[in-house]
Amino acid sequence: MADILRVNPISCSGHGVCAELLPELISLDEWGYPIVDPHPVPPALDLEARRTVAACPTLALKLMRNDAPAPVR
Amino acid sequence: MSEDAVSRTDVPADGLPRLLPLVSGVPEDLRAHLARYGRPPYRGGPGLLIHGVEAAGLTGRGGAAFPVHRKLAVVAAARGRKVIVANGAESEPASRKDDLLLRAAPNLVLDGLQLAAEAVGASEAHLCLHPGYHPELLRALAERSAAGLDWLDVTLAEVPPRFLAGQESALVNRLGGGPALPAFVPPRVSERGLHGAPTLVQNVETLAHVALIARYGPQWFRMLGTDTEPGTMLTTVHQAPSGGSGGVKGSSAPIRQTERQVIEVAIGTPLSGLLASQADAQAVLIGGFHGTWLPMSQAATLTLENQALKRHGAALGAGVIAALPADRCGLAEAARVTRYLAAESAGQCGPCLNGLPAIAGAMAELASPRPRRRTRENVERWAGLVTGRGACNHPDGTVRFVRSALTVFAQELSRHERGRCSATSRRPFLPLPDGIPTTEDDWI
Amino acid sequence: MSGTTAFWYASRATGIVALLLLTAVLVLGILVNRQGRLPGLPRFAVTSLHRNISLLAVALIAVHVLTAVLDTYVSIPLVSGVIPFASGYERLWLGLGAIAFDLMLAMIITSLVRGRLNRTLWRAVHLLAYVSWPVAFAHSIGSSRDLQHGWMLDLALGCALLVAAAATWRLASAARQLPRAARVAALLAHHTAAPGTSAPRERISH
Repeated sequence: MADILRVNPISCSGHGVCAELLPELISLDEWGYPIVDPHPVPPALDLEARRTVAACPTLALKLMRNDAPAPVR
Repeated sequence: MSEDAVSRTDVPADGLPRLLPLVSGVPEDLRAHLARYGRPPYRGGPGLLIHGVEAAGLTGRGGAAFPVHRKLAVVAAARGRKVIVANGAESEPASRKDDLLLRAAPNLVLDGLQLAAEAVGASEAHLCLHPGYHPELLRALAERSAAGLDWLDVTLAEVPPRFLAGQESALVNRLGGGPALPAFVPPRVSERGLHGAPTLVQNVETLAHVALIARYGPQWFRMLGTDTEPGTMLTTVHQAPSGGSGGVKGSSAPIRQTERQVIEVAIGTPLSGLLASQADAQAVLIGGFHGTWLPMSQAATLTLENQALKRHGAALGAGVIAALPADRCGLAEAARVTRYLAAESAGQCGPCLNGLPAIAGAMAELASPRPRRRTRENVERWAGLVTGRGACNHPDGTVRFVRSALTVFAQELSRHERGRCSATSRRPFLPLPDGIPTTEDDWI
Repeated sequence: MSGTTAFWYASRATGIVALLLLTAVLVLGILVNRQGRLPGLPRFAVTSLHRNISLLAVALIAVHVLTAVLDTYVSIPLVSGVIPFASGYERLWLGLGAIAFDLMLAMIITSLVRGRLNRTLWRAVHLLAYVSWPVAFAHSIGSSRDLQHGWMLDLALGCALLVAAAATWRLASAARQLPRAARVAALLAHHTAAPGTSAPRERISH
């Protein structure tokens, strides 16, 4: 089962490194915070996604299994 | 004690009220409580009540309507130390039901707390309240202790009057000594909560229903309500006093000429039955401040069940039903509430921190004469940007409230754009607390 | 004898370069935290350079210690690179070097396993950078005659000035920053007074 990218919005401080490294899946809103593609990461981008997760200065970006629980809403 | 219905001769014929006292306005002390219900029917071991709750189809009465048996089962199945938290800190300013329940029928809530604690095998119990003196609760706990009714000591905890303080993870954070701020999920508090232990968080009304299901069984519980949404619920009805009077079908009390009243109803009751002065109301807010506005004409045709409300984008939520009088400005009301919701943001997540104040500013402009055309578009853009991008559902709920207001009060907005307003009264309708949180202490 | 001198020169050279690199790492670390940028470079360059140069610095320090140990003119035990005050030669100054190096190792190791650590713990260890650098600086000046005069002294003092300026700016920036609880109120006030205009960027730094 493919992984999906998720941001912990509490840890995220809007550095914007993720959007630079993975523009195919991540863009920035008008306040500088990441908008992450919620679909499973395409296999071709898997390595880039892992590098981007490692590059986040606050480790807010995570690669999670597709069956991880959604936030309590 | 069996799970089957037990007939009791003192239950009123139409089954209401179940939670609220038999005589409206007279709280039940322990003696009256025991005379009406008897002692709490402990099962003698964990897990045994959960089947009954599942068969009864009880859903959470805190706003999320999550199936109660599922949460109970998750915590019951976990190993190690477990915690139960009763949430009586009513964070919804327009709701008064939990507050009333704790004053009028504290023993029912405390029974439910003990029974649920037994069902999940909890070794620690907390009851969360807003700051203040709670004489009925303290007395109930003392009387129960003297009578040997409780198998677990209950710790009372005060939480700050923040809109988000009642959120599960925020409550657990506060109980853990930190501020009442929501946390990122996973893990859910039912898996890892207070001090790392699986924690069951239940609204006090939900626990009161559990206490009754434990005594009278799932079939009895299903005697009122609908097949898919059984049982009764507490609603807080806001409306302008009218000339009408008399009893209201399907409720536990006659509509009095007051602006705010807590009424227990069977789920599925027609909304029109609760609203005495339909002619005077222009729109109804259903659920609470994270709920949905509906035009009065539409609301009057609906029944109080999620299945019917869902089709119109609404939900029962915290049980608030507020009928906005025709002489008020719907946009002004919506702007006031939006400002409150923005001020109550935890400020932890960028989109919510930035987006909600921007939306609130825009709503204030839309509520004034001659708003700029761009403002309406800005609201829609920001609404799309904040949805789903917080750690909790505060931005989503706020957007639901705002979008429904702009839909329902669209004609009013047109008038505002031309410099007019149809309102003849500036009197605020929905209740809001004074002041906004500004320091860390406001979250402790 | 010439082999001995080569090791000694290598140790002194790697030492001074390491000091320059550590200065860069600290300044870059401050830039990462304050979301600053290096002109002409993308954002990820700041975090990448910070991390990579820190690894390079540690590798260089390992060579710095090793060559000093291998040099036979004075006797320095290998362990004195990480165990403070274990060397007979220049016990105090080399001891400070070991302390600084230990702190760096702690920062790097905690950063490598950061995902598994409590955020507060990681942050607390990382803040030890502000202890590690001055201790490394003291080690440099105290143990090396080179750095005590001439252009090398100027270089070392220049680094110290840069670190002091950066740290001061970091403190001032943090002091100006609104605490979480006040941010929402400030933004709300802005948008009420001037709806639709972009607010001053309320940075959420941890």
